[in-house]
Amino acid sequence: MIPEILQFGDTGFGDELVVGALVTLEIAVYSLAIGLALGLAAAGAKLSRSPVLRGVAEAYSLIIRGIPELLIILLVYYSGGAAIEALLKLFGHDGGFDFNKRLAGSLALGLIFGAFASEVFRGAFMAVPKGQIEAAVAVGMTRRQVFLRIRFPQMLRFAIPGLGNLWMVLLKDTSLVSVIALDELMRETSVAAEATQRPFVFYLAATVLYLLLTVFSDVFRARLERHASRGVAGEATPRRPVRRAA
Amino acid sequence: MLDLWIRYGDRLIDGAVITVKLVALACIIGLILAIPLALARRSHRRWIAVPAYLYIYLFRGTPLIVQLALLYYGLAQFEAVREGPFWIVLSDAETCGLLGLTLNTTAYVAEILRGGIAGVPKGEIEAAEACGMSRLTVYRRIVLPRALRIAWPAYGNEVILLLKGSALVSTITVYDLMGETRSVFSRGYDDTVYLYAAAMYLVLALAITGTFRLGERRMNRYLRAEG
Repeated sequence: MIPEILQFGDTGFGDELVVGALVTLEIAVYSLAIGLALGLAAAGAKLSRSPVLRGVAEAYSLIIRGIPELLIILLVYYSGGAAIEALLKLFGHDGGFDFNKRLAGSLALGLIFGAFASEVFRGAFMAVPKGQIEAAVAVGMTRRQVFLRIRFPQMLRFAIPGLGNLWMVLLKDTSLVSVIALDELMRETSVAAEATQRPFVFYLAATVLYLLLTVFSDVFRARLERHASRGVAGEATPRRPVRRAA
Repeated sequence: MLDLWIRYGDRLIDGAVITVKLVALACIIGLILAIPLALARRSHRRWIAVPAYLYIYLFRGTPLIVQLALLYYGLAQFEAVREGPFWIVLSDAETCGLLGLTLNTTAYVAEILRGGIAGVPKGEIEAAEACGMSRLTVYRRIVLPRALRIAWPAYGNEVILLLKGSALVSTITVYDLMGETRSVFSRGYDDTVYLYAAAMYLVLALAITGTFRLGERRMNRYLRAEG
């Protein structure tokens, strides 16, 4: 039923596409880690009292939101690579610099994710009811404890829907790193399309694979949202009773 | 750095004109197509609602770059397409890019409009019905104008995303701002051209944001305090 060129093994490109999809996931996970860290830091800066920190964080969001993702990837890979090379030269390292494509791609996508995530985190932090923070202070928690025990965990519940959306955007944006010839799903697809001269089959196969990633993410996101809201009465209650033993 | 602009500035501006053209057309045609799609998505008849839902899910759930490749490279594989009436649109990279951007943005805008329509207060619709307006008139005079107002900020965001998405038409050989930029870069590997392009995209994005702010003020002027 599956056309021969899509089968696994030497004759088909099926295995190449699946490996490409795994690389796509890998890049997405790296970018997520980088983006979450950047987003949290930028959200902290936006909520800080220092006008300098606020200005830097706002400029970061504004710039990233106004530039095409494709251009950011090229900028990070070429201009970023050149900058690192110049920096290395300054320290006496003359061998040139080979920017690892996965690192460059994940950095670029993480930079994009972080800019949007900072807005999500900022909103989520502000959504934590003030009374809870006051109550925590009243029972004698230090600022650190208030953050770790009250503000951060509560903020997460508000942030998860927004972060879920950004994850979907990120998954699709991974396809753009194909422009720096990173061997993820889109790149493998276009290589196969060119080699076989059957572009329609391969791009359709890629569409299906991306759609599968989206559908699985959708299901996972719904579960995560339910899990995060499990302590809140009347909101997103689990459909089935929670089974303890697996 | 400046001599790069003297040499290639014209080409970047030519590219930016194509980008603006593509975004403006996709934005207008997409909005027109999105209205019936959003209404279809809300329909109680399943044979209308389900295809609309699938269309929206398909276009929102896959990367634009894949959609463009499927349209431009994929469909050209078939003899029937190459002989068919749509070949005029599909064979030219620019019109094909416009088609891809439009189909994509229609799905997103439909979803935004659906949210806007759902946000129209029930009382306004009931009041319109009580005045004796027909269903069509209620939609034309009350629901759609009100929904557009509610959805306006989200729609503005979508147009920014469309501007950024339009850079992907460079992957199907359109010489838009991104396409010109990449072609200039491939000549001399001078990466400052990326900085110029970034600045130009930022200006375009800010212009869109400004336009939508103005539109919002004009649209909601009846809400402002007198005086």
